[in-house]
Amino acid sequence: MFAFFLTSGLFLGWSLGANDAANVFGTAVGSRMISFKRAALYCGIFVILGAVVSGAGAAKTLGELGAVNAIAGAFVVALAAGVTVYWLTTLGYPVSTTQAIVGAIIGWDLFAGALIDFVTLEKVVLSWFISPVLAALLSALLYKLIAYGMKHMKINMFSLDALTRTGLLLAGIAGAYALGANNISNVVGIFIPISPFSDISFFGIFTLNGAQQLFFIGGVAIALGTFTYGKKVMLTVGEGISEMSPVAALVAVLANALVLFLFASQDLEQFLLSHGLPAFPLVPVSSSQAIVGSVIGIGLVKGGRGIRWRVLGEIIGAWVVTPIAAIFLSFIALFFLQNVFQQKTYVPVEYRVTAAAEQRIRAAGISVTGLADIRGKTYPSAYQFQKALDQPMTLTAREKSLVMSAAEIDQLVVAIQVANRINDPAITDEQKNAVQKLWGKHFMHRWELEKALAEQSQEWRMKPNNKKQNEELRRKLDYVYRLIRSAGQ
Amino acid sequence: MGDGILKRKIGIEKEVDEFLDRVSEAGLLCKQGMDIYLKGDMEVYATYLKSIRDTEHKGDDLRRSLEKDLYEKTLIPESRGDVMELLEDMDALLDRYTGLIWQFEIERPDICVEFHEDFKELLSHSVESVEADVRSCRAFFKDINSVADHIHKVSFWEKESDKVSTRLQRAIFGRKDLHLSHKIHLRFFVKQVDRIADEAEDVADRLNIYVIKRML
Repeated sequence: MFAFFLTSGLFLGWSLGANDAANVFGTAVGSRMISFKRAALYCGIFVILGAVVSGAGAAKTLGELGAVNAIAGAFVVALAAGVTVYWLTTLGYPVSTTQAIVGAIIGWDLFAGALIDFVTLEKVVLSWFISPVLAALLSALLYKLIAYGMKHMKINMFSLDALTRTGLLLAGIAGAYALGANNISNVVGIFIPISPFSDISFFGIFTLNGAQQLFFIGGVAIALGTFTYGKKVMLTVGEGISEMSPVAALVAVLANALVLFLFASQDLEQFLLSHGLPAFPLVPVSSSQAIVGSVIGIGLVKGGRGIRWRVLGEIIGAWVVTPIAAIFLSFIALFFLQNVFQQKTYVPVEYRVTAAAEQRIRAAGISVTGLADIRGKTYPSAYQFQKALDQPMTLTAREKSLVMSAAEIDQLVVAIQVANRINDPAITDEQKNAVQKLWGKHFMHRWELEKALAEQSQEWRMKPNNKKQNEELRRKLDYVYRLIRSAGQ
Repeated sequence: MGDGILKRKIGIEKEVDEFLDRVSEAGLLCKQGMDIYLKGDMEVYATYLKSIRDTEHKGDDLRRSLEKDLYEKTLIPESRGDVMELLEDMDALLDRYTGLIWQFEIERPDICVEFHEDFKELLSHSVESVEADVRSCRAFFKDINSVADHIHKVSFWEKESDKVSTRLQRAIFGRKDLHLSHKIHLRFFVKQVDRIADEAEDVADRLNIYVIKRML
């Protein structure tokens, strides 16, 4: 069954490879500086390396699909996102795979009665505007600077060709590595808790853990996608929107990388803030949209005559269609799987303001007087609980989210095998021991489990003013929670 | 990886320079060959004939090698077609020098002493226009912004050669003592020399377009 469920993740990976490789190698292939075969080869190798080496350390190992609480549901969500991206890839449009996944999850949210993540949805819509505009500005600036430099440096045509080609290759390789590292969790992350793989040691030199083996398979799927179907989207990016000179091709990928680095890198933000420097605001940017913006920016600097506005209009249309199509596909597919094939596509999540939950809400400084009517009542879905909550109380978004998480019923029982099944190398022995000590314990709410872990070990406690470490801890807690839940199912 | 590519490119840059050197060298040999021919020393002339033929062969080999590299290694994709045409155009000018020297050897035109200086001046202007082409080409590869500084000189020398050509033809046909066949034979050689400057100007016109294309 694991292998069957994994196929949809791999299909999503294949679609991702076919579409998103254009973000890193599209302009190089479109400007004919690097042949498609060569680009696909380098892209494939470095996507796999990025997935296996850096994928496991990514902040969101479970990926976006982690929000889906039943494996059959995750199967459908990944499939819906994959089909959406595949469809738009056949038409040659560069679209964001992450946005397709977000759409497919909203389809699942609607089907399961879960809350729709409007914050993420808003980020998706914002990124349609922010990514291309920022990238266009940066690429225009960069292009002007490089053109000025070239005018004064008098580089021989062949040397310039060599430098540009090397630059395109290195930028492509770095982009492919990042593509693998950042997206692999979306492709196979959800399957880690149910993965049957155990560690494999290679002559004692290095060991591939279960997650890395899964990431390797996912990386291969992405690489295959690039090889078998990546050319069309690459050519749309590299020559469909506007004909590109090799230097313009390099500027476009550099501007794309720069936008992601400056406006989406938490590491950079942390670094700048820790050195008392002003940080760039973190905004939702997507590589698929940024690369299109970069190409347009250069086209505009050159006077705008070379830009094929019709193609650009179609691409923007495809961006809007991506999440919408994924929502519909996901919803319809879930309906069929649940009602025709009798598969459990979601685990109903109930909500009840228990005594413990009320105590937690009160401790957070939220008045509980409005909760009198709903106290002790069980609500079958987040949607219904929220509706009930809206009537007696006026809460801010943050307060509402706190009340919701406090009242979420989980019924977790820590099974004996859980501690042994932890194969995330980032989780320390002390943290594993803390999980072990909770064997046999029952928790009504997820936060109770987290509280118990924090009581067992210092290493399970959030640290004040340490955003990065706390994010990593949240990821680990998420991992352990899912392990406990999947062991209990 | 990067080093390998750079080394290969430096090799190609050298080849382009060497090829253009051959074009310049052929112009000088042509000028010297004409001087020797006008002096009537056909034995020495034969050595120039050999030298210019060798230069042409070297030029041909370099052009072929460059074209092979450009296509096989898929270099400068956006300018490859233009560079190929440019190399072929310059090679055609080199061939024209060789052809002229051979034509003198085969047809042995009887050039009256009073026309010697004009013939020398005409060839000198034609060679100058090709030289301006060579400098424009070098600039096209190394410093595109300075191509214009050289390209206008091609037109200048072409006009100068036109003036000398017209003057020379008038002088030839003004001579009463020469047979018409002799006059026509001489005119043929004047035209042959003048054509070098005309073709150099055509090359410069095309180069101008290549520059505009690269600037876009």
